[in-house]
Amino acid sequence: MHRPGRSTRHSATLLPFDVYIESGEFAVRKALRKVLDGLEPLGLDLEEASTVELVLAEALNNINEHAYPDPQAAGLIHIHCLHSADGLHIRINDEGYAMPDGQAPLGMAQNLDVPDSELPEGGFGWFLIRDLAKDVCYHRVGKQNQLDLRLAVAIPAPA
Amino acid sequence: MEVSAKTEDRFCVVSVMHQRIDAAAALEFKEAMRQTTADAPNVVILDLHRVDFIDSSGLGAIVATMKHLAPQRSLVLAGLTPAVEKVFKLTRMDSVFSVFNTLDAALSAQSV
Repeated sequence: MHRPGRSTRHSATLLPFDVYIESGEFAVRKALRKVLDGLEPLGLDLEEASTVELVLAEALNNINEHAYPDPQAAGLIHIHCLHSADGLHIRINDEGYAMPDGQAPLGMAQNLDVPDSELPEGGFGWFLIRDLAKDVCYHRVGKQNQLDLRLAVAIPAPA
Repeated sequence: MEVSAKTEDRFCVVSVMHQRIDAAAALEFKEAMRQTTADAPNVVILDLHRVDFIDSSGLGAIVATMKHLAPQRSLVLAGLTPAVEKVFKLTRMDSVFSVFNTLDAALSAQSV
């Protein structure tokens, strides 16, 4: 139905879709490409698309490095994308090692008020995820890790 | 990871030829930077205008490069695209580096 005076941007509907990949060195690039292609109907702007890409990259890098640390033993990663009125919901499942203590890291901001030689070279991943995503929730479900998060993108303009 | 270097008297410009400095490229990037800047002068300008994506691994690799060059030499960042700038801003790493929007701006700053 045509509604005059209303932005047509983000009015497109996106059917939920799934991306399955094997972990590995270039798995994350491949998965990001597939997910961004799948999100095409939403017409994300560059800012939104880069947020989705960054958060997903950090989550998938963590799975590659920590859930499936052995490059000889690749594992399955399943990404489910669902768009609704409050944004893009992403669920990521893997069958690798659980998070330490059964919890996702807090991702505190790093202390940069240190001499250059002591500046951190890592530990930014979870900070970025928690900073950019909403409703971040990690569960161990049976033998699977399940990470749910929401990205406030492609939200329809108020009437 | 391909980088191209141009050396002047007081500085050199290292341009990243790839679009991504991500987890899969971070180690290669660090190694390429070490080799390229082995005999570099005091200021190394990292031209990032072709790079449209970095993740935290890429950020870490740039920080590692800066630490490797220090304390004698400094790393200056130039030509950050919006997605790259966002990562530096969010992590506040933009406060640690000298950052210039364009390579020209970084070059002008060297000739003062």
